[in-house]
Amino acid sequence: MAQRVVSLGFPSFRKADALPGLQSAPVLASAQQDDATSGDFDADLPAGFLATLRAHKVSRRRFLGYCATLTAVLALPAALAPKVAEALAATNKPRVVWLEFQDCTGCTESFLRASDPDVGQLILNLISLDYQETMMAAAGTQAEAAKAAAMAEPGYLLVVEGSIPSDVGACTIGGRSATDILTEAASGAAAVLAVGTCATFGGIPKARPNPTSAVSVSDIVAGKPLVNVSGCPPVPDNIAATIVHFLSFGSLPAADGLGRPLFAYGNRIHDACERRAHYDAGEFALSFGDEGHANGWCLYRLGCKGPDTFNSCPTTRWNSGTSWPVAAGHGCIGCSEPDFWDTMTPFYATLPDVHDFGVEATSTEIGLGVVAGTAALFAAHGVGKAVQQHMADRADRKPPADDGQPRPGTGDIPADGSGDRTEGEAGA
Amino acid sequence: MSQRIVVDPVTRIEGHLRVEAQVEGGQVTDAWSSGTMWRGIENVILGRDPREAWLFAQRICGVCTTVHAQASVRAVEDALGITPPLAASLIRDLIALSQIIHDHTIHFYQMQAFDWVDVLAALHADPVKTAAIQASLSDYPASGASYFRGVQGKLQAFVNGGNLGPFANGYWGHPAYKLPPEVDLLAVSHYLDALTFQRNFIRVQAYLGGKNPHPQTYLVGGIARPIDLNSDDALNDEGLAQLEDLFTSALHFVTQALLPDLVAIMGYYPDWAKIGAGTGNYLDFGDFSSTGVPPRGGTLNNASLFFPAGVIRDRNLTRLETLDPMRLTEEVARSWYTYSGGNDEAVQPYQGETRPNYTGPTPPYAHLDVDSQYSWLKSPRYGGAVMETGPLARMLISYADGRPQVKNLINSTLDQLHLGTNALFSTLGRQLARGVETVVVAQQALVVLTQLRELIASGNTQTFDDSKWDPSTWPASARGFGLHAGPRGALSHWVEINDGKVSNYQVVSPTTWNAGPRDASGQRGPYETALIGTPVHDPTQPVEILRTLHSFDPCMACAAHILDADGTELLRVKVQ
Repeated sequence: MAQRVVSLGFPSFRKADALPGLQSAPVLASAQQDDATSGDFDADLPAGFLATLRAHKVSRRRFLGYCATLTAVLALPAALAPKVAEALAATNKPRVVWLEFQDCTGCTESFLRASDPDVGQLILNLISLDYQETMMAAAGTQAEAAKAAAMAEPGYLLVVEGSIPSDVGACTIGGRSATDILTEAASGAAAVLAVGTCATFGGIPKARPNPTSAVSVSDIVAGKPLVNVSGCPPVPDNIAATIVHFLSFGSLPAADGLGRPLFAYGNRIHDACERRAHYDAGEFALSFGDEGHANGWCLYRLGCKGPDTFNSCPTTRWNSGTSWPVAAGHGCIGCSEPDFWDTMTPFYATLPDVHDFGVEATSTEIGLGVVAGTAALFAAHGVGKAVQQHMADRADRKPPADDGQPRPGTGDIPADGSGDRTEGEAGA
Repeated sequence: MSQRIVVDPVTRIEGHLRVEAQVEGGQVTDAWSSGTMWRGIENVILGRDPREAWLFAQRICGVCTTVHAQASVRAVEDALGITPPLAASLIRDLIALSQIIHDHTIHFYQMQAFDWVDVLAALHADPVKTAAIQASLSDYPASGASYFRGVQGKLQAFVNGGNLGPFANGYWGHPAYKLPPEVDLLAVSHYLDALTFQRNFIRVQAYLGGKNPHPQTYLVGGIARPIDLNSDDALNDEGLAQLEDLFTSALHFVTQALLPDLVAIMGYYPDWAKIGAGTGNYLDFGDFSSTGVPPRGGTLNNASLFFPAGVIRDRNLTRLETLDPMRLTEEVARSWYTYSGGNDEAVQPYQGETRPNYTGPTPPYAHLDVDSQYSWLKSPRYGGAVMETGPLARMLISYADGRPQVKNLINSTLDQLHLGTNALFSTLGRQLARGVETVVVAQQALVVLTQLRELIASGNTQTFDDSKWDPSTWPASARGFGLHAGPRGALSHWVEINDGKVSNYQVVSPTTWNAGPRDASGQRGPYETALIGTPVHDPTQPVEILRTLHSFDPCMACAAHILDADGTELLRVKVQ
């Protein structure tokens, strides 16, 4: 349901087909039972906006249903749907400045794949994307001027993709260093959205041996509300939904100890995995291409890092809800976690063996205790104290209660890093 | 009066590209192309398990998000003597073909279109005339005047909002724009349609690889997507039907929108068939074998490749030279690296080494020191010669090889524009070649899908060969290379494996071939050569420079990469 393409009337060459076997996210299931998805709630929409809807041949009811879906994606109570609708109907599109540093543009590409709302709706209707090097018409001095104009007044949303090198000359744009550009842009930002694992945690540039002394956005930016939408790249709809949250409420969504929005990173992959029943039943694929593999058995023994990874892949799924890596037969690589290139490798080793401890635990021994076990391994391996605390916190953490109450906003994340994020060069 | 202009950032590309150009008498007289970012991903791969090198290499680029994974597994398979099952090779090819279709579509509509299309002029179009133009071009389904009026209304509402967002500060109204407003409106409409198309079409990679960007299905020895017609958790009839549906939609889109739009737009820019010629030398490794055998250069399996390998020199389409991958070298004389044997050396990638040595100005800076080192890109050469790679190189090589599918479509496209084959050696030619390639690739994808179906029907469903998965089966020391035809051209990965770990890794990317700086003997790279002679009406509004640069489809993250040879031993100690 939520994965179906919702169009506000933009031309569509070919509508996404309803996908057989599509799994609704648990968090969405409750919303779907709510009348709100059919648009049976009221919102105070300005007459001008209603006229715009009519011009786009979109009924008011359909628009409200669309807002209800968005509300559900954000794991917000349905009672907030009118607020989302009213915010989206406001004509004042917030300025967005999107910077790219040490990146592969995969996060921008992921943003282009968003379906709820899609990128056309975002850039034409919802935000004013004033600086985005991959998409903007202007180049060179005209591009720099567009950025200066967007940042002339404070209050814009700053999106950052890619890590920031400490080594001189490793990333310059317009003759200026990445650090210089980021510091200037952050100073006037209302909030900062670090998108992708490079921006949030340093990512692959920071992986052993960190050739350019790369750091994350939170290592540079201080004193600003900051949210980490991690992943390599993040799930498309998680980027879009975080932006929509900012549009709707003027704040960043509630986040975990690593600054990641709980609506997307509140659940362990392993707990929401469609193959979980096979794990519980002890049914494991033992080789790629074996009978278990072809029949959708658990990929844990082939190196899946789902038990140690928080992300919404199993529920939101990828590319308009089409699939996700485990469904397609390859284990999770833990790409939304800090320093996963070093802490989750070798990717094809079974989790307790990941750090080469030679601990051959059986699957039943691991079971639900896997996260605590991994924390112990981290401790034994002498990785920073912060990591131990981080893992212990997770082991204690319960899935977010589905009590219909808004969780306390934690958009204001300590700018010095984020509480329990990894210190130093884990695994180096 | 001679004037130095700087375009930085070059936008609507992947990554960080800076161009400095000398302009005199209304045209570019010299140019310097610089990659201004690097991360050192090959360095990060050192000391890792070669079976997972592809996941690291894939992160070189999130735009051409499949190509480095493909080249990496091929290199490791070559080193370890592994031949993946045919079904796996065909599925990899389907992913790669979908990548070319997707990349070229986004490049055409989202990245380069605004060099030729004036968005704001579309407001003055007569939608009835646009509909008539559409009807004359193709049977694209969304073609009525009311449709175009609707798009125009949305654009008007957007402009009335007072904030142009990504269209702000464009070169709108520049005299270099020649399209009638009706064609502008057509292109703006399809800009929006392409956003929807690309999002939907890329589900091909989600079906086969779990997600996009960065599909997660490659394995050294095959792919991780099983085939089982009796399983809901494997590629089955339903999945094959979905793939056929998506590839068919792509063929419709590129034949009804992309190629006709390209011809319609370029018809107003005939001058650009004489601008941006470049080096005149073209190289490609070939790819997409019906037998599943990867490209290796030489003549052995060239006939089985959909894209043949080869080299063309001096624009001579009557002589196609056989490609020898061992003639590849990279130079660093004008790059921010040093070589242990001297910076004027040309080094074959197996012996490749790169020691970062930033000698550029300390930022903030106004100009690079273009008389010394000025880029994070190396300068790849073929037997010492500068080579252009990319869709134009591939289409020329196919043309020279007499491939009828390519030859016929190129000829008919040139006929529509009343141009001869000489027009191909230009900025316009690069655009046309990319459009033609998109169509033949979309056609080929359906051929490969049919071959896969027939293979499955015959009972051959194996997608992974596990005989060499266990590192204990590997030799103590091995090396190999993987070649691939990516959307931007010839890609090669070179790997050395010692004691089960990667001990050397080199990537030579298409954009490194094209965007690299001068070499030790002072030969300019293809971008630098192509820019010379490009007209510049107003040096403060260099839209013409963007046209030639965008015709190459720059992908800078792919192009800049390092391998720190000094770090190797240190890394080995740390590897567990």
